[in-house]
Amino acid sequence: MKLLNHTLSYFAAILFVVITGWAALFYYNLLDEIYDSLDDGLENYKLLIMRHAAADSTILHKSSFGEDNYAIKPVAAPQALVFTDVYRDTAMFMENEQDFEPVRMLQTVFRQNGRYYELRVVNSMVETDDLVEDLLYSILWLYLGLLASILIINNLLLKKIWRPFYLLLHQLKGFRLEDQGAVRFEETKVEEFRELNDAVAKLLRNNIDTYISQKQFIENASHELQTPLAISLNKLELLIEQNKLTDEQLQLLASVVNNLERMSRLNKSLLLLSKIENRQFEDQEEVDLNSLAKTLLEDFADQAAYKGVAVSLKEDGRCRVRMNPDLAGILLTNLIKNAIVHNYQGGFVQITLQPLQLTVENSSKSGALDERRMFARFQREHQNANSTGLGLPIAKAITARYGFRLKYSYQGNHVLAVHFQ
Amino acid sequence: MKILVIEDEPDMLDNIVRSLEAEKYVVETAATFDAALEKIHLYQYDCILLDISLPDGNGLAILQELKEMDAAQGVIIVSARNSVDDKVAGLNLGADDYLPKPFHIAELHARVKSVLRRRKFEGSRLIELGNLKVDPEERTVYVNDTLLTLNRKEYDILLYFISNKNRLVSKTALGEHVWGDQIDEADSFDFIYSQIKNLRKKLKAQEAHLEIQAIYGIGYKLLLT
Repeated sequence: MKLLNHTLSYFAAILFVVITGWAALFYYNLLDEIYDSLDDGLENYKLLIMRHAAADSTILHKSSFGEDNYAIKPVAAPQALVFTDVYRDTAMFMENEQDFEPVRMLQTVFRQNGRYYELRVVNSMVETDDLVEDLLYSILWLYLGLLASILIINNLLLKKIWRPFYLLLHQLKGFRLEDQGAVRFEETKVEEFRELNDAVAKLLRNNIDTYISQKQFIENASHELQTPLAISLNKLELLIEQNKLTDEQLQLLASVVNNLERMSRLNKSLLLLSKIENRQFEDQEEVDLNSLAKTLLEDFADQAAYKGVAVSLKEDGRCRVRMNPDLAGILLTNLIKNAIVHNYQGGFVQITLQPLQLTVENSSKSGALDERRMFARFQREHQNANSTGLGLPIAKAITARYGFRLKYSYQGNHVLAVHFQ
Repeated sequence: MKILVIEDEPDMLDNIVRSLEAEKYVVETAATFDAALEKIHLYQYDCILLDISLPDGNGLAILQELKEMDAAQGVIIVSARNSVDDKVAGLNLGADDYLPKPFHIAELHARVKSVLRRRKFEGSRLIELGNLKVDPEERTVYVNDTLLTLNRKEYDILLYFISNKNRLVSKTALGEHVWGDQIDEADSFDFIYSQIKNLRKKLKAQEAHLEIQAIYGIGYKLLLT
């Protein structure tokens, strides 16, 4: 639920309670006032009739209401002596409405010429059900009117006030650590928002700094390792060339050389990853993946033949992609190499090129793999001394660099597909 | 043949000098930018190995200087940066080749020999080794003046061995040279063996006075017999 609507729902609930309470109170007060005023009127009327009766005794025999609003009938003295004035609500047939309508009636007793008479005076009064109904409607309209105005105020005013917040939110949604596009903070007079902006800015700065320094560390470390590795390898090569070693010593040295070479490969791959993530491959051109794939397959032909893997290329259209040509080469190389290496004697690799799509399918003894682990660094399914565990992470980094999608699926065979979009 | 090695890392310099001297080259060294500038102005070299990341200056400036002097030596850039920009800039400034660190000594020799061949003989002269003649321009090989038919890979392997005759050629160096960089993660280089076997067979059939000797677990060595 949006913040704006959230406040609105609270307002709606509170207003409902307040307005209902107010309406009840208003209703009873109003009614009370009406009765008060009616009763005063009846009292006055009573006095007028009594005075009239003193002057004109004929009205003492007016026993029905008729066109006047009163009726008089004689009562016995004992009854009259215990009688007190009574105001009550009753109903009377109204000619105009052709229905019984509520009236207020005063019932009193007076003495005239030594005899007692009962006087009933009526006055038509409000129809409470109509009053309640009218009141209910007006209150409903008031309630809706209030809600509507709150909604409008919220949307216009609050939206304006909360603008810096929504702007920040929008930018944070789009923020990616590896992009490091600066987040723009809007000037605001609201203290809370200013503090929020400052806090977020600081948090981002710290994160970006950490991220950069980590990346730089990896890059520097790999870079600094290159030279000592190169020196050691070359020294070993010179030592082996001296021809003074026994076979046993040669075997030991061969193992050292192999391991140093493995380290060197690992190092090169890490450097490459850093460079891709640091966007150091800037040049872009239209790369024809069809011809690139053909060239690479030729390069891999010997290796594939040795491993007994049948590699085939299926061209369902030309796949031209705008990217760095070196990265395109590395991407294809890593995918093809991965498919050949994780295969078995008599297996196959099928590369399919379509416009904007590359699919590499390969047979393998292993079942479906975990996609997340597959693209994570140094996640090797089995301990292979010559694999760096960085081939697919590099491929993933390249596709991520250009916003392409690299998806894995398993349909009896492993399928890696790149969507160049 | 006189070669100048410009390299600031002492151990690296030592490696390069030792391996070049084993090939009977006259080798001079410069460990700093200034020393390098002085040497290129004073002497004439057939080939210069240039590390472009020197502590006191950019090696590309030396290249610029050489270009302005219109000197005829071949230049091979050696760099640990392995950046495409450096490579392009270097080659544009007249460098003959770009060798990224780390490299195999066999690769260094192959590159140096190739540069020397191109510079000295404009690539037209044949390489002779025993009863074998190689024409690098035509990419053809003759044994006793009979054409030896080799496929592309076999030819590349043979030429690489010839550039490193009597020296160790590691499987990795050979693999990277002939099959390219993507080979470096291959789970084994054993498939190279089948190519070597074919090459040996062909050389033997033509009675070439060459032997490709295997060095256990490491690589091969080409010997004259």
